[in-house]
Amino acid sequence: MISTLGGFVLFLALGVTLYAAAAAVLGARAGREDWLASSRNAVLAHFCLVTLAIFLLEYALITSDFSLRYVANTSTRGSLTRYKIAGLWGSLEGSILLWEWLQALFAALVVARYSDRGPSGCRQLMPYVQAVLQGISAFFLLLMTFGANPFAPLFPVPPDGRGLNPLLEVTDMLIHPLLLYLGYVGFSVPFAFAMAALVTGHVSEEWLTITRRWTVVAWLFLTGGIFYGGWWSYRTLGWGGYWAWDPVENASFMPWLTGTAFIHSVMIQERKRMLRVWNLVLITLTFSLVIFGTFLTRSGILGSVHAFADGPVGVMFLAFLALVLFFSFGLVAYRSDALKGHGELDSIVSRESAFLLNNLVLVGICFTVFLGTIFPLLAEAIRGTKISVGTPYFNRVSVPLGLALLLLMGIGPLIAWGRASLNNLQRNFLKPSLAALAGGAILVALGVRQAEVLAAFVFCLFVIGTIVFEFLVGTRTRAKTTGEGLLTAFATLLLKSRRRYGGLIVHLGVVVAIVGIAVSSVYKVEREQTLQPGESMQVGPYSVRFDGMAAGERPTHILVWANLMAFKDGQPLHTLTPGQRYYPNQQSPFASVDARYHWNEDLYVILSAFERDGSSATFKVMINPMISWIWIGGGVILLGVIVAVLPERRLALLALRAKAQVA
Amino acid sequence: MKKRKLKYLLAGGIVVAALAGMIYSGVQESMVYFYTPSELVQKKDAVQGKSLRVGGMVVERSIRWDPQTLLLTFQLTDGQGTVFVRHKGTAPDLFKEGAGAVVEGTWTPEGFFRSSNIMAKHSEEYKPPAHPETLESKKELFKSILKEGKP
Repeated sequence: MISTLGGFVLFLALGVTLYAAAAAVLGARAGREDWLASSRNAVLAHFCLVTLAIFLLEYALITSDFSLRYVANTSTRGSLTRYKIAGLWGSLEGSILLWEWLQALFAALVVARYSDRGPSGCRQLMPYVQAVLQGISAFFLLLMTFGANPFAPLFPVPPDGRGLNPLLEVTDMLIHPLLLYLGYVGFSVPFAFAMAALVTGHVSEEWLTITRRWTVVAWLFLTGGIFYGGWWSYRTLGWGGYWAWDPVENASFMPWLTGTAFIHSVMIQERKRMLRVWNLVLITLTFSLVIFGTFLTRSGILGSVHAFADGPVGVMFLAFLALVLFFSFGLVAYRSDALKGHGELDSIVSRESAFLLNNLVLVGICFTVFLGTIFPLLAEAIRGTKISVGTPYFNRVSVPLGLALLLLMGIGPLIAWGRASLNNLQRNFLKPSLAALAGGAILVALGVRQAEVLAAFVFCLFVIGTIVFEFLVGTRTRAKTTGEGLLTAFATLLLKSRRRYGGLIVHLGVVVAIVGIAVSSVYKVEREQTLQPGESMQVGPYSVRFDGMAAGERPTHILVWANLMAFKDGQPLHTLTPGQRYYPNQQSPFASVDARYHWNEDLYVILSAFERDGSSATFKVMINPMISWIWIGGGVILLGVIVAVLPERRLALLALRAKAQVA
Repeated sequence: MKKRKLKYLLAGGIVVAALAGMIYSGVQESMVYFYTPSELVQKKDAVQGKSLRVGGMVVERSIRWDPQTLLLTFQLTDGQGTVFVRHKGTAPDLFKEGAGAVVEGTWTPEGFFRSSNIMAKHSEEYKPPAHPETLESKKELFKSILKEGKP
């Protein structure tokens, strides 16, 4: 029943979305305002239909209707309701439905926001923006209708479902995929505007100005998704790390890299009218990499080239990708005359070059990751042998490139436009450089010898130095000229040029995260040992005593855990209870790690094996120094983006109101 | 004007060349060949000391583990060839006899594969279990340490 109904709703949505796209394009060509209005209504109707489909699937998930294959795959009767709801994005078909729903939501928001107001030039673009966004939706609906139907029936109806992978049954998992999808879908908005600009020939800076905020918010969601993924991996997967250069991770990292490059190069186009083609290429690449990444991880092609032919999903993704690339690069070629920029680089020592270099390095890292991810496919296709490149490859190439990027992060925001004079360089960079070198010397004196860590620290100090000096000088100048107090001057400075200072705060967050990454990966300590009750093991300054095994019944599983007491320098510090979860009908147990999380050092314990009678157990104990700084850095990035995108008018209004109250 | 353009192209060229060089050497030094146990048995003399991945099924009743030394040994097979594997440490959650596993490491002159990393595989596809389990049957396994209360 629900299967037929759901399938019908999706089919109807496909029809409506195709109609919306066609009516928008034809209406714009024929100049028929009524067709355009009808198209806008169809966009909203499409959103309502997909919302209905989501409700149907959620209803089936919550009521454990196992006559749907998808429900049987992702939930059990015993699951907590919140995990039944999260089953929506627990597997491929539901994820695509969620993705399509967000796509429909964003299309509706864009229509609601820009159809009758919005900046000049928006009106000509809008019909084509609608058409592109509806085209993307049509792809997902086609995918669900012909390849990955979330409403596919299952017969005979099983008494109970298999349930979500227990690794996904944590609260973090309710958030992480949502953030990623919001980021992915968010980038489709600037992409659609870029394509509309190309189709209409209005290829100047309008589409960039309109979509600036969409881009930054999409970037924030993607960044948040990646950080949250690392956090989930660290706290749940139980291997003590947060990033493994797994294809699934790389799939989200690649569009992040080109998206980051895009955010930066946009500023050059706005200021200097340069890099028009480059920006179009970057946003196209970003959107294509989102599709490509999904293709790579969902088609099964990486496991084996032959898995690709098993289902239509892989072929459909590849066909869509080819269509996107053909369409967008074709348009760029078609408009090549109009795309000729006006600006020229004046000097290599300038902000333009620093940004260009930053773009080159970001795209370089992206290419590196891309190559490493598809290397097994290339090797098999070309030489017929199965070869892969693992973590060493990614680290070898990305660490030096990341360091270069770090240095540029200090230079880019402060160096002068056009041609930097010696005076400008001296004023902005002399003090931070000296501070950084002094810091480096102190670290050497303290015994830091690893070149990469040292370089990372010196560059980080340099970046922090430039940011701090920038804030100090700006605040002091403003306080002097306006006579405000230092704190007021700082606050108004932040509010007056929020984009600039928000960006600098984001940089600060990146620096904090990089310190965490560098220190935790170089200075981690790991030890594995088998203990009998009463015995202790020594790891660094910590001693961990094993006090015996215990087991207990939980609503969905049996939890077996070890009672441990951690001591530091002989003082009792923390009790730790790492364990394993045993689920009925799951092949193997799942780790349930425990740790003492602390701002400068985590003591992280995994129960790797144990005797069933509790007579002995094997533990892997890790000391992960400064790993929390990664998550703190993520928080600072979030703060910076919020400062950067807060709407101007509303803030001015708030300030006015505050003043009125004081008066 | 021309001269300046040349200068930028040159600078860009240097950056791209440096990148290409880094990628090339990175690939050269971290290539890992993937073999099946039977392929490894055939080529074992040629691949000594190189980083390899070997994927196969864990042979039934071949796993031995000493909790004191943490030495794990087992055999991997693809039906035609079988390789003896030694690993220092514990196995990952999904690793078990009769299931698929991929090990990363090197072939030693002593005639066994020294693994530094075990990756266990499991299937994502839903199959109704042949003998449905309940929580009770899992509970039975741990009855000697079972108790009430929270950790």
